[in-house]
Amino acid sequence: MINYALRRVLSALPIMLIAITVCFVILRLAPGGPFDGERPLPPTVLQNVMAHYNLDKPLWEQYWIYLSGVLRGDLGPSMTSYDFSVSQLLAIGMPFTLMLGMTAFVFATAAGMLAGAVAAVYQNKWPDYLLVLAVMIGLIIPNFLMAALLQLAFGVHLKWLPAGGWPGFSIPHLILPVLVLSWPHAARISRLMRGSMIETLGTNYVRTARAKGLGSRLVLARHALKPALIPVVSYLGPGLSYLLTGSLVVENVFGLPGIGRYFVNAALNRDYGLVLGTTIFYVVLILILNLIVDLVYAWLDPKVRYR
Amino acid sequence: MQFRTVIKGGLLAGLMALAMSGSALAVTLHSFNGGEPASLDPHRVSGDWENRIVGDYIEGLMTEDAHAEPIPGQASSYTVSDDGLVYTFTIRDDAVWSDGTPVTAQDFDFAFKRLFDPETAADYAYLQYPIKNAEAANAGDVPLDEVGIRVIDDKTIEFTLEAPAPYFLDALTHYTAYPVPRHVVEQHGSEWIRPENIVGNGAYQIVEWIPNSHIRAVKSETYYDAENVQIDEVVYYSMDDISAALARYRAGEFDILTDFPADQYQLLQDQYPGQAHVAPFLGLYYYVVNHNKEELADPNVRQALSMSINREIIGPDILGTGELPAYGWVPPGTANYDFDEYRPDWADLEYGERVAQAISLMEEAGYSASNRLNLQLKYNTNENHRRIAVAIAAMWEPLYVDVELFNSEVAVHYDALQNNDFDGVGRAGWLMDYNDAINMLELLRSDIGYNYGRYNNAEYDELLRESALITDMDARAEVLRQAEEIAMGETAGIPIYYYVSKNVVSPAISGYEDNAKDIHRTRWLSKSE
Repeated sequence: MINYALRRVLSALPIMLIAITVCFVILRLAPGGPFDGERPLPPTVLQNVMAHYNLDKPLWEQYWIYLSGVLRGDLGPSMTSYDFSVSQLLAIGMPFTLMLGMTAFVFATAAGMLAGAVAAVYQNKWPDYLLVLAVMIGLIIPNFLMAALLQLAFGVHLKWLPAGGWPGFSIPHLILPVLVLSWPHAARISRLMRGSMIETLGTNYVRTARAKGLGSRLVLARHALKPALIPVVSYLGPGLSYLLTGSLVVENVFGLPGIGRYFVNAALNRDYGLVLGTTIFYVVLILILNLIVDLVYAWLDPKVRYR
Repeated sequence: MQFRTVIKGGLLAGLMALAMSGSALAVTLHSFNGGEPASLDPHRVSGDWENRIVGDYIEGLMTEDAHAEPIPGQASSYTVSDDGLVYTFTIRDDAVWSDGTPVTAQDFDFAFKRLFDPETAADYAYLQYPIKNAEAANAGDVPLDEVGIRVIDDKTIEFTLEAPAPYFLDALTHYTAYPVPRHVVEQHGSEWIRPENIVGNGAYQIVEWIPNSHIRAVKSETYYDAENVQIDEVVYYSMDDISAALARYRAGEFDILTDFPADQYQLLQDQYPGQAHVAPFLGLYYYVVNHNKEELADPNVRQALSMSINREIIGPDILGTGELPAYGWVPPGTANYDFDEYRPDWADLEYGERVAQAISLMEEAGYSASNRLNLQLKYNTNENHRRIAVAIAAMWEPLYVDVELFNSEVAVHYDALQNNDFDGVGRAGWLMDYNDAINMLELLRSDIGYNYGRYNNAEYDELLRESALITDMDARAEVLRQAEEIAMGETAGIPIYYYVSKNVVSPAISGYEDNAKDIHRTRWLSKSE
């Protein structure tokens, strides 16, 4: 298993290099540049600015400058944020994004699994129908609408919770963003959980366990739960990366200081440094998450063998 | 373990109580400020959202009053030579940086040279090109020492201009003319702007910057007018989603919104009467006509296109915020330009009559139902631009014009405009950098990059050149007006509407004056709890 993990880490390096290269090339192929805006710069100024960011050098040389910078741990300058380097911006925003994403992840996973298991046990009874309703709401309403609705309801009209902002760590300010972010995720998990739980409850070994006279709670906990978790776990890795990269809308609506916004805005602004930096960050994150999922998978399912 | 939790909880509660008592004493202004500032360095910024912050913590020789008119700031007085070429400023004795160091003429000299230094790569350096040799120095052609700025003594500085520029005092209120604290910049380099190093000479002092969230500034006790500054603390929030910002205003979290979604204007008027401020703003929304496209080289075709646009419905009906219909190139309220806004004769015709005349112009040019004009209409992706483009395409339909709508994101769009790569008409907008007609009219000068449509009229160019040499303000205005009439007479571009500024101001705020530059320095505001 350690060997396996080691091999996975090593194989991640070429993946990183490919991701950086592809991203670098695509960015340069896209029309427009970081300094084309509503108010284009006069040619002399543009020349000065391009020279400042090495953008006047041949492309391969820029690529080499960037890559050697990354190897030294320097993600270069941002072209839309002059007072912070890309590394500084990511370092400031990352803790918040991770905290928001992880909180939503834990909340969504717990709520989704519990709801799915309950719905499976009470299949086609009212708890099941209630769950279907909640799932539908979570899946159908897009997050920007959900965010705006909750903000209006709880922030503007009821005034129970702040409508946004991040004055420093504060649980009330976290409730609505986490709810918006985790709802669709919880909905998907609960559906997976419900389906696989129903399937597991119908298997022969569960029937055998029941026939032996074991109590239904014991059957659920000892025999049904673990195998039912397998499809859920395989979803958790992509699910978590979805939560971590998908915080853009929530950050926008609630005005939160995460890095989700950089991912989209930097691409629109052609902020080459910041797009590459964010991409590298997410690539690393997703590689790590996938590795963890694979390891958990091995632990859960004895049928999966690693050499 | 439990004991520790109790201690932690107690500490937290204590801190919170402290924080709350602190905020109860101080008057804090919560301002929704729009985008995330690219920088707080006056030589690196380019947006009005940055201007609002930078102009609160640094002040130039001239500054804006509550109506955004230029008044002396760090200068106590100034003189202008008779030929309008030499400006001499005396700096206030009580002008000091927030670390106590006096503000000197050398700080200004240092700042201007830094602005023009090609190494600084300042986006907006060109705004100070009226200063002698500034443009050449910025291009690296002459040494920085030859720029027309002379330090006479610690508190006296003299500017020599290339040509008389009546808007120079106004240009000095701009952030490109702000001083920077030489002693701090020399010590920390580009890091001088970080909250732990930053020093300013304005009414406020930056204390915290959380990217993508907010910037916090507190009242500076060293500011010469500190006793009249009412608001103790300002928080400038950066958020891209203006609908969400409005929700937070309604939840009482913001005192000022520097923008609001046009489709919420009615709601604001109904539920928050008097709080939405819509005021004329120095800027023009226009369509660039590509003069290099053969069909559009005919001035009659251009005029027909312009005539058939029903501008009166765009502000109230399409945008919903009552933007003013534009027939001329220079917005109303422009300084040193005391004319009614330009209106061609046909502007006063009834709309149906205008369309009929436009159709006959097109027919004279050889177009008919079977021989139609194909035009591309390019705009940058935005809901309002799209709605206007769709409406105008429909208005052009009766003129035998087939419009292909083509949208792209902003960087791509302006790249295409700059390279004259559009087969017909392109959307553009211009917000004036300083309050003078020349700033608008230069957009149509043949040798300037912003002249996307490549309008080229030697007489027009000559009039602009001539205007730069005239010291008599009225005579200068006449010449500029003549230029505007020439360009609009042959439809050099198609003006559509004059911008308006859109702000929402809580009734708790007083001292907020609507003005054409949409600049509202916090030092003039006060807030009642």
